Amino acid sequence: MADITPGQAYGFFTDTSVCIGCKACEVACKEWNQLPGHEPAFGDGYDNTGVLDAENWRHVQFIDRVPDEASTAGQGKAWLMMSDVCKHCTHASCLEVCPTGAIIRTEFDTVYIQPSVCNGCRDCIAACPYGVIEMDKNKGVAQKCTLCYDRLQGGLEPACAKACPTQSIQFGPVIELRQRAEERVNKLHDQGVTEARLYGADESVYGGLNAFFLLMDKPEVYGLPDAANAVLPKRNNVGGYLTTLVTAALGVIGGLIALRRRREPSVEPGAPPPDDIATPAAVPAKVGGDAS
Amino acid sequence: MIGLAEAEHFVRGPDWTWYILFYFFFAGLSGGSYFLSGLLRLFGNRVDEPAARLGIYVAFPAFLICPVLLTLDLGQPLRFWHMLVNTTPGDEGPIFKYWSPMSVGAWALVLFGLFITVSFGAALVRDRVIRVRLLDSAAGLLDGVRGKIWNLVGALLGLFIAGYTGVLLAVSNQPVWSDTWALGGLFLASGLTGSAALLGWLVHHRADARASASVFVRFERLFPLLELALIVVFVLLLIPAGTLGQAFAFPWILLWLVALVGLLPGLGGLVTSRLTVTGEGAVAVASTRAIAWVSVLVLVGVLALRAAVIFSAQ
Repeated sequence: MADITPGQAYGFFTDTSVCIGCKACEVACKEWNQLPGHEPAFGDGYDNTGVLDAENWRHVQFIDRVPDEASTAGQGKAWLMMSDVCKHCTHASCLEVCPTGAIIRTEFDTVYIQPSVCNGCRDCIAACPYGVIEMDKNKGVAQKCTLCYDRLQGGLEPACAKACPTQSIQFGPVIELRQRAEERVNKLHDQGVTEARLYGADESVYGGLNAFFLLMDKPEVYGLPDAANAVLPKRNNVGGYLTTLVTAALGVIGGLIALRRRREPSVEPGAPPPDDIATPAAVPAKVGGDAS
Repeated sequence: MIGLAEAEHFVRGPDWTWYILFYFFFAGLSGGSYFLSGLLRLFGNRVDEPAARLGIYVAFPAFLICPVLLTLDLGQPLRFWHMLVNTTPGDEGPIFKYWSPMSVGAWALVLFGLFITVSFGAALVRDRVIRVRLLDSAAGLLDGVRGKIWNLVGALLGLFIAGYTGVLLAVSNQPVWSDTWALGGLFLASGLTGSAALLGWLVHHRADARASASVFVRFERLFPLLELALIVVFVLLLIPAGTLGQAFAFPWILLWLVALVGLLPGLGGLVTSRLTVTGEGAVAVASTRAIAWVSVLVLVGVLALRAAVIFSAQ
């Protein structure tokens, strides 16, 4: 591992074709970041972590595609495994909406939530398209992978990448990782593994992901939105405000119509005929803002 | 919204629940009531002033609840002020992100708070609840052109407060919320419907405000029509996104039904009497008790609509 230099973009290249699902990355992450464990949930598969959340900043997905009645050996395609993590997007939805400035882009071009600034509003959780961020209920702040910001500052590679025994998780400068990924996917294609594809290595997904993947199936299978669905929250600003503006205008028009139609008689028991009082003849001047 | 292809969502819910639901409800009522108050002052007659003050008296306490609910909803309530001030080391100072509705909303609440507090104080002075000569003079500062500008800006802020909450939901990647751009308008229309119903009932309890009762009857008929139109737009936008089923699944469909029932009194009046406040119409709502029940029905509908939108997406 070469020197880690501030000002350069760093990230992960996760090659799912060589992931063996050992979960060493999960353990290393928890150990270094002192994340608490929780009761494992045992279902049909080997995934007892469940999801990325405030306590699990790495999550090894086990995507079970074994047919109920297998007639072939599966050719190694029956299981898909992927060590999922925060993508550290170039155009990060979480960073975009954060109202407090707690989410920043670090000197290593990673996306980091400052625990001392976050006030737990959870806008970032609603925005992250990958479901990465969750509230730490004990600390009252949003939490996710920091790409081992503290280790990077000390010149050390992230714990998960260091622990990965198959080099499924590779850490380095993003430019180098992209070259390496391109070579790897080309090699797989040459070997006839045509389903191999890169996700997030180019700008089509959120301007490029600093933590990108080599996948063995469509992104949706891994719970990743495809390029068409990788959209930023602010796309709805213009439409949302415009609709509100049009509604406001219609509300004003409706209000003015209601006020103009007041001359019609109204019967209110115990009250003087209001619309008569309100006629211009009876009341020569409008109030016109003489009170507030 | 993404073309005509169904949207994919892998996002986690932000766990915005009861505090946020009631914040949206009271923000709608406060903003809506303040807007109606401003409308009466800007375009009504002198006899509408008591009803306009009533609008302020409703808007102010409804507003006071809002920051309390928002603060309680935070994971770190004592850091509520981080919405306005960036405490990042080396980057300290005010923070405003025009592209983040939560940031814009935080500042708008501060500004609206200023307007509504001053207006509330002025209303108390003018109603002689507060009798201090100095304050009489201060209230006089809002006469004439200054008052018109004050009411105009305040009314616009009221509209924003009632509607931006819907934009806040839409500016996310949540299913349902982010699949439509109609929520801002829908929440605004709903806030106006609720405010008109509440004030339409309250004007019967303030003798000098009854002169505006017929105006509120018409408000109560027009705003639900606007709300219904936006519900239709909301539905039409969710169909191509493929999230209509999620928004209207059981039990949320029950909340939608309650929301629609809340629109019935106004829409029924519009169908039967249009905008004419006839003798028959007045007889139908002659009893203030009946008006109270109608008002409650409408307000429950306003709450149910927000609950359906908030909970169905998470």
